[in-house]
Amino acid sequence: MSGRYEIRFSGSGGQGLILAGVIFAEAAAIYDGINAVQSQSYGPEARGGASKSEVILSDGAIDFPKATSIDLMLALTQEACAKYCKDVKEGGTLLVDEDFVHDVPAGDYNVIRLPIIRTASEAVGKAFVANIVAIGAIAAITGRVSREAVEKAVLSRVPKGTEELNRKALSAGYELVERRTV
Amino acid sequence: MTRVKLLQGNEACAEGALYAGCNFFAGYPITPSTEVAEHLARKLPRSGGVFLQMEDEIAAMAAVIGGSLAGCKALTATSGPGFSLKQENLGFAMLTEIPCVVVDVMRGGPSTGVPTGPGQSDIMQCRWGTHGDHPSICLTPAYVEEIFSETVRAFNLSEKYRTPVIVAFDEVVGHMRERIEIPEPGAIPLVGRPRPTCPPSEYLPYDDSRGDVPPMANFFEGYRYHVTGLNHGPDGFPVNASPRIHTDELRLLRKVEGNRGDIVRFAEHRLEDAEVAVFAYGICGRSAKTAVDQARSEGIRAGLFRPLTVWPFPEEQVAALSGRVRRIVVPELSLGQIVLEVDRCAKGRCAVEGIHRVDGDPITPAQILARIREAL
Repeated sequence: MSGRYEIRFSGSGGQGLILAGVIFAEAAAIYDGINAVQSQSYGPEARGGASKSEVILSDGAIDFPKATSIDLMLALTQEACAKYCKDVKEGGTLLVDEDFVHDVPAGDYNVIRLPIIRTASEAVGKAFVANIVAIGAIAAITGRVSREAVEKAVLSRVPKGTEELNRKALSAGYELVERRTV
Repeated sequence: MTRVKLLQGNEACAEGALYAGCNFFAGYPITPSTEVAEHLARKLPRSGGVFLQMEDEIAAMAAVIGGSLAGCKALTATSGPGFSLKQENLGFAMLTEIPCVVVDVMRGGPSTGVPTGPGQSDIMQCRWGTHGDHPSICLTPAYVEEIFSETVRAFNLSEKYRTPVIVAFDEVVGHMRERIEIPEPGAIPLVGRPRPTCPPSEYLPYDDSRGDVPPMANFFEGYRYHVTGLNHGPDGFPVNASPRIHTDELRLLRKVEGNRGDIVRFAEHRLEDAEVAVFAYGICGRSAKTAVDQARSEGIRAGLFRPLTVWPFPEEQVAALSGRVRRIVVPELSLGQIVLEVDRCAKGRCAVEGIHRVDGDPITPAQILARIREAL
């Protein structure tokens, strides 16, 4: 259990959050050599409904693969935020999309608001890369996985011909956080 | 480096099948098992194998039996409702001694139930789902690497004993991704079915005079024989007479029960001096390992028995364990199935109690830890 770090990606089915979790876990486990597992939970709907994907990082073995005491949670929709934020631990971080999540339940956690979906659709040019923007932001906030590993993992999972778009989305995600802390 | 991957449990199952030499898959997609078929649909045709999507699960099981009779290592994968549909043909394969592997990725049930949530309530169906007395081998991996290696073992046992083998794991381990290093070819030995050495004219497909597992000829290689779901004699034709039916049924059971030492596999964690034991498989086994470690850090002498073979049930091991501990806690994603087997083997030597959950979420380490604490 030493050094266990729990991340939850949540939003609406179809936003690519399961893929975001897979990419993040792959960056950690394959490219950075950190113990990581990824799991997911979704309803029977093909699109819509609250959807979540979880990544556990640890220095030791990871037996229980689900998040129960979350260090960092992403919520891209109001529904997902309301449904899943109860598991964020005291002193943890709740990262929400500032345009789509207005009502953040009170809790003993830090709240970070970033325009993730707007950045994807306006600055990068395609709303569907919001999940990659989110990966960049989360990698920057946690600092647990190297940027090189994240970039390799993203490029190995996205369709051919979209590499430039996704690289741009990833950088935009990092910049959202870096700009904020300057 | 390329052998190290982040794989989903279902993908590891498909990779394990390929490693074992599986060259025939027939199935019908169903959540949460679909990725097994999806992965093999991409990979099998490239390596000269056959991938068939059938009209339903009944036909898929029938196709698997045909594929195996033709000499293929055959696999199907399904989940709850589909597993129910396969039962009749599964019984046929047991009586006719046709090797094959059936993967059941367990979700909530009965009926359509909870397609995207984990369950373990098919576990008695894995033992008794098809009618009549019959042998059953059922393996229950909990880690992605274990799904790979136990799928290989399932093929080996199936070929060695000429009987269907079930690999049963839940949605959580089927869908989760974990790092896995795929073994080099040859690192895990592979087993093929016993083959006849006599000429076709002398071949008797169910001749048990030289052992409980008769040699099996492949169709289309000159050995012509009859295969029937009726009880049959050494030549494969129906026999409706004593004592053949009785002795042959006993032989079928003996193939499995008489080889427990080879078939029963399990993992133990911190049981040496344990006062409280947890008996758990699949995702519950993972939760229990965390709970046991947490209990130990509180000074509680807890340990874990995690079966990798649920059928045949590890009777001797559980009996011995029940004589050493005060209590066995059995977390399972059903309303009380495998706990009854543990209780049967404990024979009152220690207390046995279940933790049961069927709401589509796994039992957490905290739930198990609370029960371990109460046990003292």
